[in-house]
Amino acid sequence: MIHKRSRWVIAMLCFGLAFLYVPIFLLILYSFNHSKLVPIWGGFSTRWYTVLFESPEVWEAVMLSLRIALINATFATLLGTLAALAMVRFGRFKGRTLFSGMISAPLVMPEVITGLSLLLLFITLADIIGWPGARGFTTITIAHITFSMAYVAVIIQSRLIGMDQSIEEAAQDLGAKPLRVLWDITLPILAPGMLAGWLLAFTLSLDDLVIASFVTGPGSNTLPILIFSRIKLGLKPDINALATLIILTVSIGVLLAAWLMWRQEKQRMQDRKMASRTDH
Amino acid sequence: MSTDLNDTHRPWLDPKQEPFIKIRGVTKRFGDFTAVDNVDLDIYKSELFCLLGGSGCGKSTLLRMLAGFETPTAGNIFIDGEAVANIPAYARPVNMMFQSYALFPHMTVEKNIAYGLKRDGLPKKEITRRVAEMIELVELGDFRQRKPNQLSGGQRQRVALARALVKQPKVLLLDEPLAALDKRLREHTQYELMNIQDQLGVTFIVVTHDQEEAMTLSTRIAVMDQGRFIQTGTPTEIYESPDSRFVANFIGSANIFQGHVITSTADHVVVRSAQDDTLQFTVRHSAELAQNTKVWVAVRPEKIRMLKDAPTTPGPNQLAGSVHDIGYLGRLSNYKIKLDNGKMIDVTHPNQTRPTSGRHLVDWDERVYLHWDSASAIVLTH
Amino acid sequence: MKPSTVPASTPSLRQSSGRYLQTKWKGLIIAVPYLWLVLFFLIPFFIVIKISLAESIIASPPFSSLLNWTEDGALQLSLLFDNYAYLWEDELYYKTYLNSIKVAFICTLICLFIGYPMAYGIVRATPTQRNILLILVILPFWTSFLLRVYAWMGILADQGTLNNLLIWFGLIDEPIRMLYTPFAVYLGIIYSYLPFMILPLYANIEKLDMNLLEAAAALGAKPLITFLTVTLPMTLPGIIAGSLLVFIPATGEYVIPDLLGGGNSFMIGKLLYSEFNNNHDWPVAAAVAVALLILLVLPMMLYQNVQARQVGVKT
Repeated sequence: MIHKRSRWVIAMLCFGLAFLYVPIFLLILYSFNHSKLVPIWGGFSTRWYTVLFESPEVWEAVMLSLRIALINATFATLLGTLAALAMVRFGRFKGRTLFSGMISAPLVMPEVITGLSLLLLFITLADIIGWPGARGFTTITIAHITFSMAYVAVIIQSRLIGMDQSIEEAAQDLGAKPLRVLWDITLPILAPGMLAGWLLAFTLSLDDLVIASFVTGPGSNTLPILIFSRIKLGLKPDINALATLIILTVSIGVLLAAWLMWRQEKQRMQDRKMASRTDH
Repeated sequence: MSTDLNDTHRPWLDPKQEPFIKIRGVTKRFGDFTAVDNVDLDIYKSELFCLLGGSGCGKSTLLRMLAGFETPTAGNIFIDGEAVANIPAYARPVNMMFQSYALFPHMTVEKNIAYGLKRDGLPKKEITRRVAEMIELVELGDFRQRKPNQLSGGQRQRVALARALVKQPKVLLLDEPLAALDKRLREHTQYELMNIQDQLGVTFIVVTHDQEEAMTLSTRIAVMDQGRFIQTGTPTEIYESPDSRFVANFIGSANIFQGHVITSTADHVVVRSAQDDTLQFTVRHSAELAQNTKVWVAVRPEKIRMLKDAPTTPGPNQLAGSVHDIGYLGRLSNYKIKLDNGKMIDVTHPNQTRPTSGRHLVDWDERVYLHWDSASAIVLTH
Repeated sequence: MKPSTVPASTPSLRQSSGRYLQTKWKGLIIAVPYLWLVLFFLIPFFIVIKISLAESIIASPPFSSLLNWTEDGALQLSLLFDNYAYLWEDELYYKTYLNSIKVAFICTLICLFIGYPMAYGIVRATPTQRNILLILVILPFWTSFLLRVYAWMGILADQGTLNNLLIWFGLIDEPIRMLYTPFAVYLGIIYSYLPFMILPLYANIEKLDMNLLEAAAALGAKPLITFLTVTLPMTLPGIIAGSLLVFIPATGEYVIPDLLGGGNSFMIGKLLYSEFNNNHDWPVAAAVAVALLILLVLPMMLYQNVQARQVGVKT
């Protein structure tokens, strides 16, 4: 029931959504354009998809990006969860202020600075201890973990704060030792948050161009680096095809997640109804 | 419960009885704040003991020290002869029912109840048997496969109870066990809790801020304030013979008159009101008090008789005033009587007859005469 | 009750054992992420500062060492503020800084102007509509940032969709230059960061008690007055959070000015990138980074403060 007086609000909503989506639709539309010149319609065709699938470069970049994203998401979830536990559960400890600053700074740090500083670290390290010898997969993964663990930590922190701590005490009271409590109670309750964090870290990694292009080395092109180097000089119809595939994949994923969440919410409503019916 | 005066039901009167739980000189400080201040307490086997007090009085901290979630800053706690202050929560022969129930949201009723037994490494058959027994005891047979969020408040409370009891603890700690239930369910559950305790004979220690709950449930009550015990005793003792103004006011309500002792004999004292020289109270009292001792006379509102006619013979414990306010509660009414000297007195009367033509026994501004027996009031020295 | 004398238990050193992990695992749980962040976040930072104080030389790595052994064997620390002086003196640098702030600021304002009514509209929709609208706002956030910028290249190019459309309508005869202009940069930044404005605003407006608005109306306030005196002040935390989430990254933005602005855009992120990768002047690039950080440190701290209050984490 949108308010009567808010015709203006509705207009802005429509305008804003159109603004967000029209470019994406055009991008998809032109991927089916036969013409080599992107904005000039030359009839429907899927030739750019064929071009795309025949390019070994693209496949290499996709595989590299996926490998980095997978490892990044896993480690970032692990470290982010530990960081959130440290922030929420241990009250004051030595160096907490610095820690809280370090865990939230990557969220707002301009990418160029993060990228530059990490590259300089890797160069300095290589100078002193000879590692990392070559930059690429490892250095990009480390850089991604460093900034995506901050996002995971924020998600887990809010879940930890909302969690009834007496649930953990109850487990302890029933005979579970600390690690057992962590495994049986805390982690299962944090699991949805960890999954969300994992997905976010995965996406952030797949999406990152700036940091990766600082810390990468010759021959290691992630997908965004490859796309960037191609579009820098103008429009490329095969990139439209690639963009269409990426956008469709992500959209299906997000819609699926939204649907699952919606179903869960419905289940919860049903549970509540069921509970109130059975009270005596 | 406490109608049976047999001494086996009142072990605290028997000096030969060894207390089951001994709290000795226990103090808990959080930084500068002293939550529990050097307390001693004995609790006997199969008691249903209540720690009663307002928020922040230290009752929950004491309970958490019994459970093992807090370590005493000083002193020790003995359960069945064993010093437990430094034993972690998971190794104590004590279980707790949490105020929020703290059910594991990702486990079914059955798994919640079985969790503690699994941690003890009992054989599967034994676990299944004991869980089934417990589910039957708390009448949750139809809900064993449900998750906590599919249960009503009352059902959750029973799962929490079953989960804590299934390990057959030496002591069951209950933190505000009924606070999350609505009023109706609370009364029903109160008796259920007492029945289960009676059946199993486990020692219960209940923390509550609700004095009615404490009165109905417990064998004995300890009233706490600012980290100390103010008074410990049976519900009757606490209500009928409070030993301080704090307890008299905290448990139920009381009309309190300040005064000085005029005469004191073996069985009664005469007190003159400090506010009104013409007022004198005679109170039956066993202890002797020196003349001129500053005391307070406390009378419960329901122990005051209210009459419309002036008493024929003047005597002690007689007051007069006019009705200032009436609170009609159905089965009884609360009256605020303004005495001639300006003091307000609370009087409670059961509504034994139906009001005729909508009019009550007494009306606003009507003059009334109050009186109570000398055995109904008590003298407090602090 | 008789007070009996019992030897006191050893006073616990632990503040509270209520937190169950506060045992031997505490150290490990803190240490692992802590060390990671010190190594990969804090130390790199000091390296940047260190290099910004060094001298550019033609070597690999292309900067001088700060610590030098003098002939008599003493360790000498040579600090050079030349790079910072250079930033100050060269018009290009401080104009680029000012331009970045100007662009980020204007984009933030426009995002707020578009985003606020959108967030408000989403809150006021029915629950089903609300879920759909939220997904529509979040969806672009999950899809590739780079590709969404690329989409605008197709729209704004000389032979692009927009020019074709305008010519087809007969509004113009010749294509207007839009790609590789400041206009394209503004558009790209607003487009990319709009969801970052809407989401915190939505979270804040959703919490707003609608009874307050009714109360204000009942007290005789006109809609506009209600908005200015009740809604706006109550949603200020959301406005601040959303604005900073747009302003901070927009100031340091590199991709958008590079792809949409071409050679005509002067943004600090782009300058840093080219100073480092094209000119190989590491000390100046590091100095640019430090100067950018100094510029953003206030808004960043403000954001952390707002964020911490919203999450409820005490810092």
